[in-house]
Amino acid sequence: MIWYIVRRLLQMIPVFLGATLIVYLLAFAASGDPILTLAGDKPISPAVEQQLRAQYNLDKPVIIQWLIYLGNVVRLDFGVGFNGRPIADQIAAAFPVTIRLAIIAVIVETVFGVIAGVISGLRKGKLIDTTLLILSLLVIAVPTFVLGFVAQFILGVKLGIAPINVGRDPSWQNLLVPGFVLGAVSFAYVLRLTRTSIAETVGADHVRTATAKGLSRGGVVTKHILRNSLIPVVTFIGADLGALMGGAIVTESIFNIPGVGTLLFRSINAGEAPMIVSLVTLLVIIFLLSNLIVDLLYAVLDPRIRYAK
Amino acid sequence: MRSDNRAPQRPKAQHWVAPLDETPLQEVDAADTSSTPRSLWAEAVHNLVRNPVFIISALLILLVLFVAAFPGVFTSQDPTYGNLSSANKPASAEHPFGTTRQGYDTLARTVWGTRTSVIIGFFTMICSTILGGAIGALAGYVGGWIDEIVSRITDIFFAVPMILGAIVIATRLGEMNMWTVIMVLSIFGWTNVARIMRGAVISTKSQDFVTASTALGAGSLTNLLKHVIPNAIAPVIVTATVNLGVFIVAEATLSFLGVGLPTSAVSWGGDISRARDALRNQPMMLFYPSVALAITVLSFIMLGDAVRDALDPKARKR
Repeated sequence: MIWYIVRRLLQMIPVFLGATLIVYLLAFAASGDPILTLAGDKPISPAVEQQLRAQYNLDKPVIIQWLIYLGNVVRLDFGVGFNGRPIADQIAAAFPVTIRLAIIAVIVETVFGVIAGVISGLRKGKLIDTTLLILSLLVIAVPTFVLGFVAQFILGVKLGIAPINVGRDPSWQNLLVPGFVLGAVSFAYVLRLTRTSIAETVGADHVRTATAKGLSRGGVVTKHILRNSLIPVVTFIGADLGALMGGAIVTESIFNIPGVGTLLFRSINAGEAPMIVSLVTLLVIIFLLSNLIVDLLYAVLDPRIRYAK
Repeated sequence: MRSDNRAPQRPKAQHWVAPLDETPLQEVDAADTSSTPRSLWAEAVHNLVRNPVFIISALLILLVLFVAAFPGVFTSQDPTYGNLSSANKPASAEHPFGTTRQGYDTLARTVWGTRTSVIIGFFTMICSTILGGAIGALAGYVGGWIDEIVSRITDIFFAVPMILGAIVIATRLGEMNMWTVIMVLSIFGWTNVARIMRGAVISTKSQDFVTASTALGAGSLTNLLKHVIPNAIAPVIVTATVNLGVFIVAEATLSFLGVGLPTSAVSWGGDISRARDALRNQPMMLFYPSVALAITVLSFIMLGDAVRDALDPKARKR
């Protein structure tokens, strides 16, 4: 078990290096000069430009910049952003907000998705199943930003029960509506996965045996059907954490939430490569770690799975 | 043939084995062995045409494709002609869906936007499926250290969310058009096809008919193209169909964030994000392009579902 975790952590190193390199190359690949973007319309003096280029290592080849960046990151030095604030500080300010948002979204998709999926899977072909299935298709087909606009308009503007703009230092309460919007698409996928999985397990021999030995319906569902059906669902939720962080760009821009998504979008527009790379790398690490946790959860859900090596 | 007087004639005889005419063996014997069984695909088509989900989604897709091919049939207005003197008008005979803030005809915008979305969705699907399919087939078929390296590279691209990667490239590219959007989405959109192709190729290549083909002297490239890929492609087709809908949403999201198609382009994503400012007074401006987008995406997801059910022998038994 320990060795399995160690091996997986070691496997993350090339993925981490590759992802940072790709993003670094992409952030610099085509046109656009970040220093000119930074200067704006005002002409910049050659001396200042030279100084800025040297300060952000922009005068060196991209590969060297990447190596310098990596060397600093290993020493936990993320550098200074174009606005003069340390990148680590800016991320530390934005990160808890997005984490809260993501936690709400994951709870929404897991709790509502699994419950709706179980109901749907156990009553396959009935009215409630069809209704839930159509609902899930609609949620997938309507883009997140349309859902966001409508939720903001109806709940915020018309009814006035939710804040229209979330703003600085958001509370859990204020993040509730954006969290629901962020988790909506994944909710639909969790519903569909759970439904398929449950419908497959219901007919299995061990379920019939459990019913035959006199276990109550609730016992059969929670102990025998659900546990066996959850593996694909858990896999999806783990892989979804990365997508949620990407989706946060859209949700945060609609509700004006000062989280990682907003920070990332702003730094992408400014061509602020160290910030972009730091944020994307952070998201990639979260994604890899959540996938590792999912793989370890397999062993809990299915005792046949053992990690020997 | 049933010998109807056998039981009364010999009342003491006990059948320890069911008589031949009572076993279902006759049914098996009755099967016409001269006809060849339907192939996976023929069976799938046979199932599909009986599936209402498939019929509905196919009709919707035909409608969407028809609108995309002949937008002139549905509107005579020019979607790029903005008449400010008739801006923000509610629905009328001349403008059945009303007009936008710039005086564009909403119906014309919605109808002509279909073409943009369909082209981007379709070509991104083609590019990402070819790219992902080739990479996945290579990794799965060759195996060994090539598989190891290719899979790690796939992991890297898989770990970066598609929208995020697309924004980073799109911002650097500056002014976008349809083809750059297709390129940007394809660069990060191929990973799930690659993973599924790899898995399917690995499980197919060890089957007996591939070994038989090798024994008959087929080269590995012939084997891959003629035997492995045709038998491994079913799940890839399902994923590609669903992906088409995902790409259409992704294009709209890029336009919403302002890094996709320029504001001069006729696109649902751009129209939806501009309609946000007018939501309070003219909610229908948001409604029409959103519904058009939702119907298009929905029909491709439903088609993917129907094809998956038809190709899955486990689901077919029920």
